[in-house]
Amino acid sequence: MYLKQLSVFVDNKPGALYAPCSALAEAGVNLSSIFLADTKDFGILRVITKDNEKALNVLRENNFAVKLTDVLAIEIEDVPGALSKILKTVESMGLDVLYMYAAVGTSGKPVMIFRFDDADNALEKLRDADCTIVSSEQFFA
Amino acid sequence: MAKPYNPVSAADYLPRHLLQEIQLKRLQNIIKHEYDNVPFYRQRMDEKGVKPEDIKTLKDIQLLPFTMKKDLRDTYPFGLFAVPMNKIVRLHASSGTTGKPIVVGYTQEDVDSWTNCMARALAAGGVTSNDIIQNSYGYGLFTGGLGAHNGIEALGATVVPTSGGNTERQIMLMRDFGVNGICCTPSYFIHLCEKAAEMGVNVKALPIRVGFFGAEPWTQEMRQRIEEASGIETFDIYGLSEMSGPGVGIECEHHCGLHIFEETFYPEIIDPDTGEVLPDGERGELVFTTINKFGMPMIRYRTRDLTRIIPEPCPCGRTLRRIDRISARSDDMFIIRGVNVFPSQIESAFLSVDATALPHYRITLTRRPDGLDDMLIEIEVREEQFSDDMRKMNELQKKFSHEIERILGIRAMVKIVQPGAIPRSEGKAKRVFDLRNTTK
Repeated sequence: MYLKQLSVFVDNKPGALYAPCSALAEAGVNLSSIFLADTKDFGILRVITKDNEKALNVLRENNFAVKLTDVLAIEIEDVPGALSKILKTVESMGLDVLYMYAAVGTSGKPVMIFRFDDADNALEKLRDADCTIVSSEQFFA
Repeated sequence: MAKPYNPVSAADYLPRHLLQEIQLKRLQNIIKHEYDNVPFYRQRMDEKGVKPEDIKTLKDIQLLPFTMKKDLRDTYPFGLFAVPMNKIVRLHASSGTTGKPIVVGYTQEDVDSWTNCMARALAAGGVTSNDIIQNSYGYGLFTGGLGAHNGIEALGATVVPTSGGNTERQIMLMRDFGVNGICCTPSYFIHLCEKAAEMGVNVKALPIRVGFFGAEPWTQEMRQRIEEASGIETFDIYGLSEMSGPGVGIECEHHCGLHIFEETFYPEIIDPDTGEVLPDGERGELVFTTINKFGMPMIRYRTRDLTRIIPEPCPCGRTLRRIDRISARSDDMFIIRGVNVFPSQIESAFLSVDATALPHYRITLTRRPDGLDDMLIEIEVREEQFSDDMRKMNELQKKFSHEIERILGIRAMVKIVQPGAIPRSEGKAKRVFDLRNTTK
């Protein structure tokens, strides 16, 4: 049920995003979602792609520090209040969100990507709740 | 693992009393030669009221004045030469960090003596005429390249004089020539291994079995990392241009300190503050007298290297005394906000955060307009340390900074950077970039 997300360590300096993105482009890796978190010193680029193996290899060949992690994709309605509703559920279950960002699923509906501190626990709890968890197959369909 | 005995090593096993006899004769001879031929040094001795005849025992060396690096700069270029120029067959020079370089001159006998020490150093690491040795020390004014080169040839081994640089070609030649051993700086060898991995060359599967690493201090952790990554046996080799070049001291197969070629370089350990000679076993500054060098003898030269003489005999049977591996060279030391900092202290801070490997790093010192100094330490992140969780990355950065502050007592700006962000040096690793205008 998880989606694999690839994280890349990048310096916080001009041009730092170009190198990993162009390496992925040259390898023909299509990015389904991308999100950057940054501090004053460095950044972490998070991407979701169907071609994890290829992406991982090409980034490592180009000397990047990379990591694959499990994230949960939850589809929500494209209406006001949809996000706060899901966050309320998350909060009531006491789940710790490390970070979160939005993507667009194949259905055209928004998909929220959640990185939980304890992904297994989150999956188990959210399954029982009224949540549309998007599997990898559905996400890339 | 016992190394095959090589006749070139005979002088390594002289009985101590014979060795001391040779040392005394050579010392008396060199002091007379120096006194008669170098006005600078004669004046120094006269000021101390000491004459060559006063050297009656080895202990009398303590009567003599020290020579400092500054003396070499002040007498640039040939002020300390003790023979006429027509006897000098070679000049080398070290890069001066503050202006003028340090120049050293050799007679043919000096080159031969240096070559002999270098050959014995390689023999201590088991190199024989059957070996092919890649010499990646820089050829040129730096003593490393030609010094190692002569020693390899003198031993009858095959030298591949690659010099530094062009790492990809170095790896190709290493593989295609079936190289057995390498001479270079430890940081360059790490770079070479990394590059080989990128090129898909497995260094472990190559015939290379031994490496002679020197020209910069390196840690035990770096040694482990090199040995694990390459499967070779590493030998720490010590030398400095002011003495001759590489081949002043070498580890034997027991890897417990470096044997000093004492019949050529007479070692003392002194208290760096008082200049007083310390007994064997005590840590202090290493001082050498070149007792078999005539072009430019160095009397009680203060190396700025901190170590001790190991009093116990070595299980290898060599009678040459050993020094501890140099953990800190005071040359690399810098002073910031009144605190003396050795890069090795910063390395130990890194290792206490993560002991698996020493990261690539760079220290940059800058001065603010108000006169306050800043120290920026950039550390390359390794993939095993990387987390997609920002909090963990911030914590890692904080841990580095806390450890550095704990060890140095001053705060540094610590910044984690991408792998490969810090340029690799192909020769001596330059870790410290002092951008302060210290001349004011």
